Parts: sequence; C-alpha cells; structure tokens
Amino acid sequence: MFPQNKQLYTKLIMSDPCMKFLLNGEPVSVTDLPPTLSLLQYLRQNCALPGTKEGCAEGDCGACTVTVADIDADGRIRHRAVNACIQFMPALHGKAVTTVEGVAVGGVPHPVQQAMVDCHASQCGFCTPGFVMSLYADFRAHAPREVTRQEVDSLLAGNLCRCTGYRPIADAARQALAVPRSPAESARDEAHEKALRTLARGCGELVLDGAAGKWFTPKTEASLARCLAAHPDARIIAGLTDVGLWATKQLRTFPKLVLVSEIDSLHRVAASGGRLDIGAAVTWSEAMPHLLRHWPEMQEHLLRFASPPVRNSATVGGNVANGSPIGDSMPAFIALGAEVVLRSLSGERTMPLEAFYLAYQQTARADGEYVAAIRVPLPARSQRFRVYKVSKRFDQDISALCAGFMVKVERGVVVEARIAFGGMAATPKRATRAEQALLGRTLDEAAMQVAQEALDGDFQPISDMRSSAAYRRQVARNLVKRFFLEVAPAGEHATALRLADLEVLP
Amino acid sequence: MKRDLPASAVRTGAVGAALPHDSAHLHVAGAATYIDDIPELAGTLHIAVGMSTVARGRLVAMQLDRVRAAAGVVAVLGHADIPGEKCIGPVKHDEPVFAIDRVEYIGQPLFAVVATSLEAARRAARLAQVTYEEEPPILDYDDAIRANSHVLPPLTLVTGDAKAAIAAAPYRLSNRLLMGGQEQFYLEGQIAYACPREDGQMLVYSSTQHPTETQFTVAHVLGVAPSQVVVECRRMGGAFGGKETQAAYFAAVAALAAAKLKRAVKFRADRDDDFMLTGKRHEFRADYEVGFDASGRILGLEMTLASRCGWSADLSGSVNDRAVMHVSNAYHLANVTIRSLRLKTNQQSANAFRGFGGPQGILAGEHVIDDIARHLKLDPLAVRKANFYSADPSSPRAMTHYGMRVEDNVILELVTELEASSEYARRRAAVDQWNAREPLIKRGLALTPVMFGISFTASFLNQAGALLHVYHDGSVMINHAATEMGQGVYTKVAQVVAEEFGLQVRQVRITATDTSKVPNTSPTAASSGADLNGKAAQAAAREIKARLAAFCASTHGFDAATVEFRDGRVMAGAWERPWEEVVRAAYMARVSLSSTGFYSVPKVGFDPATLKGRPFYYFAYGAAVSEVAIDILTGESRLLRVDVLHDVGRSLNPAIDRGQVEGGFVQGMGWLTSEELVWDAHGRLRTHAPSTYKIPVSSDVPEAFKVSLWERGENVEDSIFRSKAVGEPPLMLASSVFLAIRDAVAAARGGVPALDAPATPERILLACSAGPAA
Repeated sequence: MFPQNKQLYTKLIMSDPCMKFLLNGEPVSVTDLPPTLSLLQYLRQNCALPGTKEGCAEGDCGACTVTVADIDADGRIRHRAVNACIQFMPALHGKAVTTVEGVAVGGVPHPVQQAMVDCHASQCGFCTPGFVMSLYADFRAHAPREVTRQEVDSLLAGNLCRCTGYRPIADAARQALAVPRSPAESARDEAHEKALRTLARGCGELVLDGAAGKWFTPKTEASLARCLAAHPDARIIAGLTDVGLWATKQLRTFPKLVLVSEIDSLHRVAASGGRLDIGAAVTWSEAMPHLLRHWPEMQEHLLRFASPPVRNSATVGGNVANGSPIGDSMPAFIALGAEVVLRSLSGERTMPLEAFYLAYQQTARADGEYVAAIRVPLPARSQRFRVYKVSKRFDQDISALCAGFMVKVERGVVVEARIAFGGMAATPKRATRAEQALLGRTLDEAAMQVAQEALDGDFQPISDMRSSAAYRRQVARNLVKRFFLEVAPAGEHATALRLADLEVLP
Repeated sequence: MKRDLPASAVRTGAVGAALPHDSAHLHVAGAATYIDDIPELAGTLHIAVGMSTVARGRLVAMQLDRVRAAAGVVAVLGHADIPGEKCIGPVKHDEPVFAIDRVEYIGQPLFAVVATSLEAARRAARLAQVTYEEEPPILDYDDAIRANSHVLPPLTLVTGDAKAAIAAAPYRLSNRLLMGGQEQFYLEGQIAYACPREDGQMLVYSSTQHPTETQFTVAHVLGVAPSQVVVECRRMGGAFGGKETQAAYFAAVAALAAAKLKRAVKFRADRDDDFMLTGKRHEFRADYEVGFDASGRILGLEMTLASRCGWSADLSGSVNDRAVMHVSNAYHLANVTIRSLRLKTNQQSANAFRGFGGPQGILAGEHVIDDIARHLKLDPLAVRKANFYSADPSSPRAMTHYGMRVEDNVILELVTELEASSEYARRRAAVDQWNAREPLIKRGLALTPVMFGISFTASFLNQAGALLHVYHDGSVMINHAATEMGQGVYTKVAQVVAEEFGLQVRQVRITATDTSKVPNTSPTAASSGADLNGKAAQAAAREIKARLAAFCASTHGFDAATVEFRDGRVMAGAWERPWEEVVRAAYMARVSLSSTGFYSVPKVGFDPATLKGRPFYYFAYGAAVSEVAIDILTGESRLLRVDVLHDVGRSLNPAIDRGQVEGGFVQGMGWLTSEELVWDAHGRLRTHAPSTYKIPVSSDVPEAFKVSLWERGENVEDSIFRSKAVGEPPLMLASSVFLAIRDAVAAARGGVPALDAPATPERILLACSAGPAA
C-alpha cells in the first residue's frame, strides 16, 4: 500500500488513485481526498447538498441518514441506510449514494415523502430527511409490503425525533411502505443499478496517498496481509461506526487506514463441521438472519444491538476486534464458546474469544494480524442459552451490562457452564466462579443461589453515567435468576418474564 | 361549555382546518433552509470556543500561543477583545462572554478561536494551556444552601396558615422528591451566522426563539445601537426553550468575530460542545409536609422547592416562580407556604425548557396527592377529585394560592370524560389482578390532570406585533414576532390571515422573523406564539380590510360595515368582485395596502415579589391515563398504553395541535424516564451526546396512544378564534407515566415507594428493593 508497495498490488489487481462513486445516480470522481473527510461533510460542503443534516456527528441521531447501494459477494445489489456523519469518503469507492435530494422521481415527491406530509410527520423538520432516507432504504429494498408498528419501531430505531412523538412518522411509514413502486421509479432504479454495476466493474483497490493521510482498500486477503505486514501501524477499519467518531469527536488523525470491508472472503457466513464461521466483514444486518437461524434466543438482543444504520455498516469482526468492554456481541459469543480467527502473512491462529481480551481496549492481535472470522460452535441439544442486555433505553443504547449464559445439562446435571458479562469489567469477561458453582448441579433454586453468590466474587464493576456499581452487581445476580426462570422454570409461577413480550391488558 | 360566540370569533375558512405544516413539503425534500444550509459568503470563518475544565476557581493564566499558531487560525478572541459589554444575560447581566478572572462551570467559554474551517477551529481550541486555582465546586442542594449560594434571593409564597392547618389536620405526612433536569436536545444545535454590512451594521442569522434579545445582546457586546443589528430567523430545527436565552451567546460571539475581522463568521456548536456549554431544564428538590383529611383533601401544605440553577441567573427567577404557582396544578390549596430557593451551583446555567418550571411544580404537587392516596389506601384518582378547584368561579375553592380566581375550570368535566373513555375503573381492577398473580412484571396505572397557566408571568412580555403587506396583484405577505421552531405558529398565523381575507392559506406568504420588520418582539415562549401573534396579525388584517371596505364603500356607495371578504372575493350585498381586482383598484386609488398590527393581552398583572396577582390570562386543561409495566429484576419499564384528552379550546389547526400534544407528552415521558443528566463529583457533565443521553425513540411510544382534542373545549377569554395555547401544557401529561411507574413499584413492594425522577431502571430497581415504607 501506499507508495513503496504500490507496484506489488498493481501487478495483482487494478488500483485506483481516485475515488469514484455515484451520487444520486450521477458518477462523481474525487481527487485530493483527505481520507477522513466524512460523507456528510462532503455532501454539505463540496456538493451544496444541505438536505442531509448533522445532528450529533456520532451516528446516534440519524439526521444524516443516506442510502448506500453496493454489490455483495454474490453479485446482488444491496441497499442500506447508513449514517453519513461517520462514513469516511474513501469507504464509498465503487458504491452509490442517494441523499434526500435524490429520492423524488421526476420532480414528484416520493411516496415516502408524500406520506410524511400527509401524516403531519414533520414539525421542526430537521430530523425529517433522515427519517425519509431510513424509510426510503426500506422501500427501495422491500416495497411494497405491509409492516407492523413493531417493525417500524425497529426500522426507525436509529432516527431521533424530538418534536412529534413518532406516532405520525410510524403512520407515514406504514402507509408509504405499502405503496407499489411506480413505473417511473422502477425505470430510474434500473438505470441507477446499471450505472452502479458499470462503476463497480471499473473500480479496483483504492490507494490514496496524500498529505492528509494514506488509505488502502484491499480486495483480497492476500493483499490485506501483505499490506499489514508492511504497515503494522495501519489502523484497520470496516464499518467505521466507532473509528468514525474518533475522528469527528476526538479529532484523532489516522496516518494510515486500511479498509477490510471490500474483501469477498471476509464476507462469508458458513455453517459446517459443527460450527458457524462468520467472516469479519459481515455486517450485523447480514449476520442477524444466520445467528437467529441457530440461536433464536438472540432475537431481542440483536434487535436492541445498536440501530439499523449502524448495523448496516458495523461488522461482526469490528465489534469483536474493537474490544470494548461494553460491546454487545462478546458476552453472547463467549458464552457460546466462540473462537476468534486471526490471520496474517505468516498464517492463521485461533483462540477462545475470552482469551483475545487482555486488558482495557487491548487485545491479543499481533502486529500484522487481522481478525478474519468468528467461529461459533453450533448449538448442542443439551445446551440452554440466553443473552440479556440492560440499558436505560430499550433501543439503540449502550449496555449498562450485558450477559450471555450457556449451560449444557446432561442427565439432569450441568456438565458445562459458560457465563460472560459485558459492562462488569475492563474487558468482556467470563464469570468463572459462577460457572464453577454450577457444575454438577441440577438447575434448581439452590444452584441459582450459589451461582448468584459466586458471581459477587467474579466482578468488581465500576460506577459511571450508565449505572452505579451496586446496580450492576444487583442486576447481574438478578439475571442469573432470570436465566433460571427462563430455562428451568420452577418455584415462582410467572407467566410474564419479559417486558418486550407484554401486551396491553384487554 | 359551548356558547354563542361573538361575531369576531366566528370563522368560515382557513382557521380550524387540519392543514399540513407550511414547510412540510420542504422538510421531506431536504429543501427547508436552516442556518447551516445558507450558502456561505466567500471567506466565511468558523468558530469554536475553548472551555473551562474546572468547575470553580480562579483563572490564573491562559497560554494561547499554540492555539494562535495552529493551522487555519485567523484570530483568537477573549474578553479583552469585546468593545461593548463583557457580560450578558437576559435579566441579570451575570454571564461573562469569556471568563474574565473566575471560572464557574466545566464548559464555561474562555476564548473563541476563529479559523478557516470548523475543524481547524475545533482542533486549535484544544491546544490551550490554562492554569486555574481550583476551589471545591458547589454541586449539591445542601452544599449550596450551606454556602448561602443563590442566583436570586429566597422567596416565599404564603397563603393562609399552613403550619396551623397541618397541625390541626387528622392526617399528616412528609416526603421528598428529587427531579432531574433535561437537555432540550433540539436536533439542530445552536448556531449563528454573522455577516457584516456597511457602516458598522451587522446581519445575524440566528437559530433563536428571541430575535430581539439576540439583537440587543449582539448590540451590547459590539457596543453599538440595536438599530445597527438585524437578526433573522426563518426556522429552527427545534428549540423547546433552549434557544430562548442561549441562542444570544452564539450570535454575540459570531458577531464579535465578524465585526472584528470584517468577514462573515459562523458559530455552529458541535453536539457535545452544545451539551457542555448550554443550560438544561432545572433540577428540583421538593421537601414537603402536608396535612389532610380522611377523604384525602389537603388542609395545609408546606413545601420547599429548591432548584439547581447553575452558575448564572438566566431565567431562573421566572422558572421557579412558575414552579411555585403550579404546585397546585388543578387543586385548591387554602393554606400553603412554599419557599423557593434558586441555588447557584457550578453547572451549566439551567434555563427555559418547555413547561418552564411548571412540570417540576406539577409533579411535586401530584407526588403529594399520590402520597396521600397511598397513605390512606385510596385510589389516587379519588383523592385528585376531592382536591380539584371548584368549577364555580365564585367559590372560595376557585381561588389559587397566588390570588387568581379560576374562571374557566373544566377539569372535573374533562377528567370524568377521560375516566370513562379510557375505562379507568375496569383497567384499575385488571392491573390489580395482574399484580396479584405475576411476581416479576408489575403493572401500574395512573390518571393525572394538567392545569397550566397561559401568559408570560413577566406581564410586559404579553405583547406582539405583525407586519402585513398586500401587494397590488393581491398576493399577501405576513411577518410577525413569533419564531418557527416546528410548532406550526407560522402556519397558524397564516391561517388567521387567510381567514380574515377570505383567501386560501397558500395565497399568504410567510416570511422569516426579522427584527427589522417587527421590532421589540417577545420571545416565542410560554406557549404564547399563536395567541399573541395570531391576534397581532388579525389586527393588521382588519386594518387593511377596513381600508379596503372604506374604499369600496366610497366608490360604490354602500355601507362599509356590510363589506365581507370570503372565498377570494369582496362582497357587499349583491355587489361582489374578486379580491385581486379590489386590491388593484385600491392601489390605483392610492390606498395603503400595508399595515402593522399590535396586540397586548388584557387582564394580566402580577407582582413577582409576593407571587400574587393574575399572572395568567386563562388556563389550558388536559388529562392522561398511562399504563406501564416494570421488570423487577432489572428495573426496566415500558409504557404500554396512553389515553389523552386535551383542551386546546377551538383548535386553529387540529393536526398541528395533536402533534403538539403527542410530541409534548413523549418529551415529558423522556424527562421522567430515560433522560438522565449525570454530573460527576468534579462537576463534569458525563452525559453530553445522544450516545449517553437517551431521548425517547419510536419503540418507547406505545401503539396504543390515543389522543383526543376535547371537543367541548373553548376559551372563555377572547383569545384568537377562541383557541388555547398548546405548546407546553401537554408535556405535563407525562406525570401519568411517572406515577404509573410509582404505582407499579408500589405493587412490587407495598407502601409508599421512594422513587425519584427520572425513573431510570436503576432508580426503579432501587425503589423496588427498599423494604415497604409507612
């Protein structure tokens, strides 16, 4: 990558010095691109397209939502809502971006826009373009379809509105998504897709080497491995949902960035040999159906994991490699006995995921290595598994704590127990004392109590703005109870276990 | 309540129609222009401020060389660069634009960096080396009280003899409620764009609810006459009170830089900076003792309402006054003493936020009622009814504790209707049955009323102006004092003008609020925007109508009083002409087709020293029933169903009014549930972005959200077409969510729960874990 190795890559695959993408259907070439220039800044400052708004510059409010279309590893075009504020421009090389200015068809408001007007779904209007684009992304991918309010809630979990109270927006969503696509819109979409395929065919590995920093988008793992061998100090990026805000909020600079999300082999999800391998660059939106096929117990958790625009960008590998103590995937993965697959020029190694985390934001990844996949053992029949997240807000919040529980019960006794918590220590961490306490026991009230007591010795949580240490301790104990109630109901006869499943009393 | 209206209040056209927001078609297309969307003038510069990292202390030294030397930096400005007043503030001028010798909160601006890009300014601002002599910050209520730290002196409202009444009462209890603050979280952050004009004049585009104050603040800081300064605001991307006083700061600093450098300068705060710099809803602590009888009727109440006002006075006086007045909500208090403590703490200066002290006062009052009901084991709704103000204005029970007679009381009527439509009694029983059966998930139900006083308590602010032009082709332009922040005031005022002229609303062009078109404006606040400006615009329209009628009458020889304006036509008896033709003829005859309009609210007058008088023109009423569930293992809660009945009088626009009711409710719900502001022991705000500060999202709002505007609603006062203000009152409907959660906690543990606001999972779990109290 970057100057000295450029020759090497151009032998293997075409490399581009200039970033190219489609903007509202029109091809755009960008030269002299600072690698961390955000799509939002570019739209507003360079293109005089101010419809896309900045509300928070950290991917939490959705005012900057645009749609991005690209071609997946199987050659299909996928349309996704993403947060433009934390997307670095070079990450959009070879893709198609649609903004709120580009959704009307021939000057006629799009059904999504019209429904928002008809339902009185805008007040101050500042969040409105983001809502329009979240809905447009869904319309583009799925319309026409009937959606429930719950589906609308999930779809819009990444868009904040401070004025309306959401009811009219939900009405507009349900109305608009049921509208059949017009012939004019279909024709436009076809033309755009054709242009996207043409563009993508002509796009190779992007290499930027400017005063503001260097950027490399490898297209193969071999290329990536060589690059990391030569530049072990390069920052590996994928969905940019965390690193993006290191730039916008912490004003950090990145001399070398390597984007791994354009490598097809890192996008594979495969179940074989008793395990599910999830490529590191698979987004959470893409991983969800695979995970739910094998672990339907994760349904609520995955819907509460970030928000659609974030899940559409954020990758499984990124969440794991980032090593945040409050990442929401690790407690579940560790409880399930997942391994992390690390590769480099010198080969591949795997390790239990819990062993990957050494200290606060410190992992066992060596220089030159990258996270290639997460390997999760497929469920055994004797296995009972749950994952719980506790936060101030149901949707799109960071956990106060998060817990994964898995026990294997054979002939009535626990033969294996894996319990992992996030938010309770400086890393995602197993509750080894509690696990030990369960071994050889039947899942009864007494076992629950010894596990709860043992758990107190497993963690020394901290107090912060999300919750106090005392609360974390108490809830950790209570989640043990919840797990027992859900997988081995006895004692108290609760028919209602989770708020999310409740209905209004008749 | 319906009665025959005077002719002046009868409407035939645009008023009352559920028209879309005037900018809806622009919002959805991304074509509505906010200040950051205005194409920038060549050479525009950008601002970031350096902020104090210490909550209290002396500013010893600032080393800014590295800031000045940073890439892109054009200038660094501090207090010495201010040609005019170095301190600003809406009432007391107690806020240095840039710290002079002391710092009083973490986030306080020390200096401004002006640079060629926003990023360059932000980067440079972080390079300052500042030396402080630190002092322990005052953050807590008791610390402030002990230190005698007040932004304004303590104030006490006394009516009757509370102490004696409590002593003589058959029942007594005392309790404390803590109420958290709330960040406005307008989606569009604070922003101003200052463009110098010739001869020392300044044009400032400001996202402000108060263009006049912004204009005056800019003028004072620049040391020029306000006539040199024009402030314009077409729309804000939300404000909620947060841009009533706070916007002026951004405008003043942008203008200071623009004047100094003679270049256009934009000051747009990053979201985190906005949180750190600007104020929020006041945090309150209510301590009370109440005496009551067996029916739950309050006989005497003593309360201390202490608020954390932050480092400066801002509008804390009026906010706290309103809290004191709203403790009664819809209830008669014969013997009451309320002590109001406006505490100075080393935090962001608490400021206006939708409800303006009303929510905290009302919640405190509702908490008293809830305590009484739980103490007596009565349904709280029965206790509420036992305490309602009398609907008979001549009754002694129609007199508020601040000396205003309630002449428009409809609360019992409205609550009774909601009680039936929401099936409160049946659901109360169903919730109790559920709770008897289910150990882990407890449900709660609460019906709470809202009675909110409408008018600025600073009586002089109850005025508005409008400027109306009719161009000689018949097209119409209206301009007025109100600012548009999403609440639809532009739409409503245009409807009033269209109604008066008998035109379609689309024929009325609404233009940006502008201090050079309408001067001396009051803030768009206190829910007053449509009330005041609708009337002012109506006055302007009626003036032009009178001129046109006189012209037609003199030309055609009929009585001017018979002229009507309807359906795009002007008519008198059998004579009629198209509007455009009449306007054109009047122009040719040299009739003035432009008029100002002015309105001043009658009847109001209030003494802020004793907190007595008639602060309000009228009251807005509403009620809500909320059903919630809590998870007693985690403390998480969920709102399952809401039924709202709200009185907007005769609605000017039912779609907009419903939007205000729903949006206000959800915002109030956020205040009382997920929105938690956390300051650490050093006084640093730790929740300063949407990643850590959680406003409601779509899934927090139940599908069963049944909102009705009260059909019998009507204003007994001569308001604009007998409508009622709607901006703030619905926020307080969300008290029902908090008290429903408290009801669920009571089901989990019995007794009188100790639950503070916001009811986060942690507070709910804590309240559930505590043993049953008395």
